[in-house]
Amino acid sequence: MKRWRLAAAVVAALHVGAASAETQLLGDPEIGEQLYIKCKSCHQVGAGAKDGIGPHLNGIFGRRAAAHEGFFYSKSMARAGADGLVWTAETLDAYLENPRALVSKTRMSFRGLKDPAERANIMAYLRAFSDNPADLPEAEPTARGTDHDLDPAILAIQGDPAYGEYLSSECLTCHQRDGSAEGIPSITRWPEEDFVIAMHAYKNKLRPHPVMQMMAGRLNNEEIAALAAYFKTLE
Amino acid sequence: MKLNRRHFIGTGAAAAATLKAPAVLADGHGKPRVVVIGGGAGGATAARYLAKDSQGAVDVTLVEPSRTYFTCFFSNLYIGGFKDIDDLGHTYGTLAAKYGINVVHDWAVDVDRDAKTVSLAGGDTLAYDKLILSPGIDFVEGSVDGWSLAAQNAMPHSYKGGSQTELLRAQIEAMPEGGVFAMVAPPNPYRCPPGPYERISMVAHQLKARNPTAKILVADPKPKFSKQGLFEEGWANHYAGMIDVIGEDFGGGNVSVDPAAMTITIDGEETSVDVCNVIPAMKAGRIAEMAGVTDGNWAPVNAVDMSTKVDPDVYVLGDASQQGDMPKSGYSANSQAKVCANAVRGALTDSRVFPAKFSNTCWSLIDTDDGVKVGATYEATDEKIAKVDGFISSTGESADLRKATYEESEGWYAGITADMFS
Repeated sequence: MKRWRLAAAVVAALHVGAASAETQLLGDPEIGEQLYIKCKSCHQVGAGAKDGIGPHLNGIFGRRAAAHEGFFYSKSMARAGADGLVWTAETLDAYLENPRALVSKTRMSFRGLKDPAERANIMAYLRAFSDNPADLPEAEPTARGTDHDLDPAILAIQGDPAYGEYLSSECLTCHQRDGSAEGIPSITRWPEEDFVIAMHAYKNKLRPHPVMQMMAGRLNNEEIAALAAYFKTLE
Repeated sequence: MKLNRRHFIGTGAAAAATLKAPAVLADGHGKPRVVVIGGGAGGATAARYLAKDSQGAVDVTLVEPSRTYFTCFFSNLYIGGFKDIDDLGHTYGTLAAKYGINVVHDWAVDVDRDAKTVSLAGGDTLAYDKLILSPGIDFVEGSVDGWSLAAQNAMPHSYKGGSQTELLRAQIEAMPEGGVFAMVAPPNPYRCPPGPYERISMVAHQLKARNPTAKILVADPKPKFSKQGLFEEGWANHYAGMIDVIGEDFGGGNVSVDPAAMTITIDGEETSVDVCNVIPAMKAGRIAEMAGVTDGNWAPVNAVDMSTKVDPDVYVLGDASQQGDMPKSGYSANSQAKVCANAVRGALTDSRVFPAKFSNTCWSLIDTDDGVKVGATYEATDEKIAKVDGFISSTGESADLRKATYEESEGWYAGITADMFS
């Protein structure tokens, strides 16, 4: 099990300069095993693990989202997989923190783990059940620390719905105003916080879709809040 | 004619009596009046947003000759057999009924910018405070040696939606076994940069299924084209040996056609062809030129609101405009229309005007479930609409991702047509 601590050290070294604790993506697998109690009523792992309410998690690292044969995933998760979401320490960290922020209509009913150390520990435990430890995706030079942990000040911004209405016209070229979803998801009537978190996840390139990364990338915090305020009320 | 008489100046009775020559009142009218010419992605969107957002404070008249508008975007999917023609047709009933837009099915034939009036082919005159032109494209006469509009039935351009689209597909279906489909690709700048190459893909898709020994010959005056790597990869994967593109370096720009003999001559070599899709050089739709707002082939506009350089009360949207970095596309026109509508409403009613933001994405279908896309965002600078950021699909993407991209394009079509017509 020492190798996982080593991996964590490598990851931490990649993020020199990023001071926050959550940059250490893999923690202590023994503590993680205890924390996994929160997960195991739905997700089996280890020898003989089978799918239950959720898919078993053997081999989760490096696997494309919704790619485990035989499990019925939500449309949202299938779409995320088709869009290129692959489970790495970085993306799992984001998902464990707030599942809906990464995959909006996931069927995983889990509020998320706010403590980055707890997430790191659980991931270290899970990592032992994936193949090819040499291919640690989180050790790639491009691996980044997570930045979906939104500043509460950003979440607290009161959006200007009138500005949001103007900005929304750009969204409505693709997303239907009436909330119907034909190949492109519905974005109306979301709780503002979910909307803001999702847009920042695109802006920070945690969610994979290139059009949305581009669209969200040019919006500032006030503009994202304005859109959230407008779409929340759209009938 | 469905013309709301509020738009004739003068008393109702007098106007009704003298429809051919209504008087025009320069000042002292009630609501501000906006006339929009062209009911496509730019014009329909601008009219809809102006009427919807001003909630009756602005009189909006939309002039469009067609009662059913067939989109040019997605017309390649009809040619490929992925869409029915009815899937591409849209009507203006909702714009009239839900938003109170005066929809006039007539041709605009002249603009008097001093008197601020528009003349219609039917003889009527519309007065405006602000005029939005979104006339799309026309073709540059003489740009392809041997071709003129008079030859468009023998050698269709199929670069405006509707009957030309249907004609090209019918000709492809009637090709003899092992026949030749030729395309003359257009020089820059032109509507829908990936369009000719998506069309080649869709023609190849049809021929592969029904006429697999047929060939596709393309004369292209450009050294490179939009999404070239993606198309070339797709053609090699799906249509190996079917498509021959003669680019600029092999004389693809030195081309002439003979519509009577059904031949095409590329760099001195004549070939008999069964179908010849001639996509000529393009210019702004004619009414922009008649309004005197063009400089060369296109109408230069200010990026901040799409107003023309020569007249602050006349705006040009979409393909006809010369705005900077945005490609000429339905998506671009729709994006520009919303910026313009916000600015025009602000100028006429003192509503809030927000900063201009533009975006575009062009999806192309290469074969069944093999979709690709390119897109960018833009901002207004003093000089032009300038690109901020962009992306393009990669070669070698997974089949799942390509399928998702195609499904997304269908979602976009549903979204943008709802944003124009519903």
